[in-house]
Amino acid sequence: MDNLPSILTPDPGLLLWMFLAFVVVLGVLAKFGFPVIIRMVEERKNYIDDSLRKAHEASERLENIKQEGESILQEAREKQADILKEAAGTRDAIVEKAQEKAREESARIISEARIQIESEKQNAVREIRSQVAELSVQIAEKILKEKLSTDDKQMELVNRLLDEVSSENKKG
Amino acid sequence: MKNIKTLLLLLMIVLLPFQLYANNEKKGEKLDIPEIVLGHLSDAYEWHITSYEGKNLSIPLPIIVQSKASGKWVCCTAESLPKPFYFDEKHHGKIYEKLADGSTVRPLDLSITKTVAQIWIVVIIMLIVFLSCARWYKHHDDRKEAPGGFVGMMEATVMYIYDDVVKASIGENHSRSYAPYLLTVFFFILTCNLIGLIPIFPGGANVTGNINITLFLAVCTMIAINLFGNKEYWKDIFWPKVPVFLKCPVPLMPVIELFGVFTKPFALMIRLFANMMAGHAVILSFTCVIFLGWSMGVGFGLGLNTFSIIMLLFMNLLELLVAFVQAYVFTLLSAVFIGLAHKEEEAE
Repeated sequence: MDNLPSILTPDPGLLLWMFLAFVVVLGVLAKFGFPVIIRMVEERKNYIDDSLRKAHEASERLENIKQEGESILQEAREKQADILKEAAGTRDAIVEKAQEKAREESARIISEARIQIESEKQNAVREIRSQVAELSVQIAEKILKEKLSTDDKQMELVNRLLDEVSSENKKG
Repeated sequence: MKNIKTLLLLLMIVLLPFQLYANNEKKGEKLDIPEIVLGHLSDAYEWHITSYEGKNLSIPLPIIVQSKASGKWVCCTAESLPKPFYFDEKHHGKIYEKLADGSTVRPLDLSITKTVAQIWIVVIIMLIVFLSCARWYKHHDDRKEAPGGFVGMMEATVMYIYDDVVKASIGENHSRSYAPYLLTVFFFILTCNLIGLIPIFPGGANVTGNINITLFLAVCTMIAINLFGNKEYWKDIFWPKVPVFLKCPVPLMPVIELFGVFTKPFALMIRLFANMMAGHAVILSFTCVIFLGWSMGVGFGLGLNTFSIIMLLFMNLLELLVAFVQAYVFTLLSAVFIGLAHKEEEAE
């Protein structure tokens, strides 16, 4: 036992120095060495995890937004179609109404024109009639003047007229 | 990077024989391989680098001893050791003190031996490495960039041990409080193992192949396991879930379990010590084979040289792996044992 090689015998000096050295290295590294490294690495790991999660969320949100956009677009398209349809309907209705109105108006104008034409015509007829009467009176006058230029003729006429009147009276 | 590693390995292989050759010269004619190997594995009071034509080139290390007789502290180097003390060859060159009555005792020896110096070199390397890594984080925004290069490599290694060993064995709840200890142990053993493979000055001392070091680390782990073990852990030791007859009249299982408390760290201690010591011993033996071959003649010399150089290359590569594996195993088992001391809390 006494003569074992030194690597096999406990040596208080070596143990003491080993203790001191180990305490120093453990003390310093446990305070300033390993915890710093571990903490930093874990912080970075958390940060990376966080970033990945955020990126994932963002891409999801982007997807949602895309879908939302598409649905909005779709809706807009539908609305546009509706509006166009409605507009077409309204246009048709307006055109029809306008046509109707125009037709009514034209009918009214035509009827008014007709009435006016009728009255004009009657006026004209009336005028013509009065003129014709006047003319015929004048003509008759002239004819009479012509025919009654001699006394014979005047007498004849008077006779005939008297005949006529007497025949009328007889009749009556 | 690959080139550098190859160069280092070649350097190791080339330099180891020189060191031994020098030893051989000094001793004289015959090769005493066990003594050479043991000498290189053992602690020393000076850091021997090389010898050339009988002259030793070594770094003197301070010797600090307290005399048993007078109680006085003596501080000197190996060259100037004062009288009552001497290097006892019978006790592998340890310092002994001659008392007045002629008997010899071992004085209280707090010398900065080769192993102690190597430990402090490892401590300084670790402090520089990890404090510079921690500094990097202080000067950079961890949200903007991740470290690259050396800091990135250290970060990857630290996180590998932390995630795969500490967290996996202890669980989320307690891993944070044990992580600094386990990481320190891992990197301490790893640095000691790796630096022990370098044959010249800043490395080369056999630290983890010294029972004192592994004893200390195993005791630390034992304290870490038992001091903070929870109620369930102690209940499992003294009143395990086995049929009553195994524990009631004769406390068979509790005795076995209590024995286990000590055998676990003991196994840790022996495993690390034996592996590292054996690795160094094999490398040194193959190096000795080179000189053995030459002493038997040129033919043997060439043949054995080729063989031992190939084996040395292989062993050095293997030791690189073993250096990592042993550090990993020690940390992993420590973490598993600590995890067992917190097991029921995990289940909840």
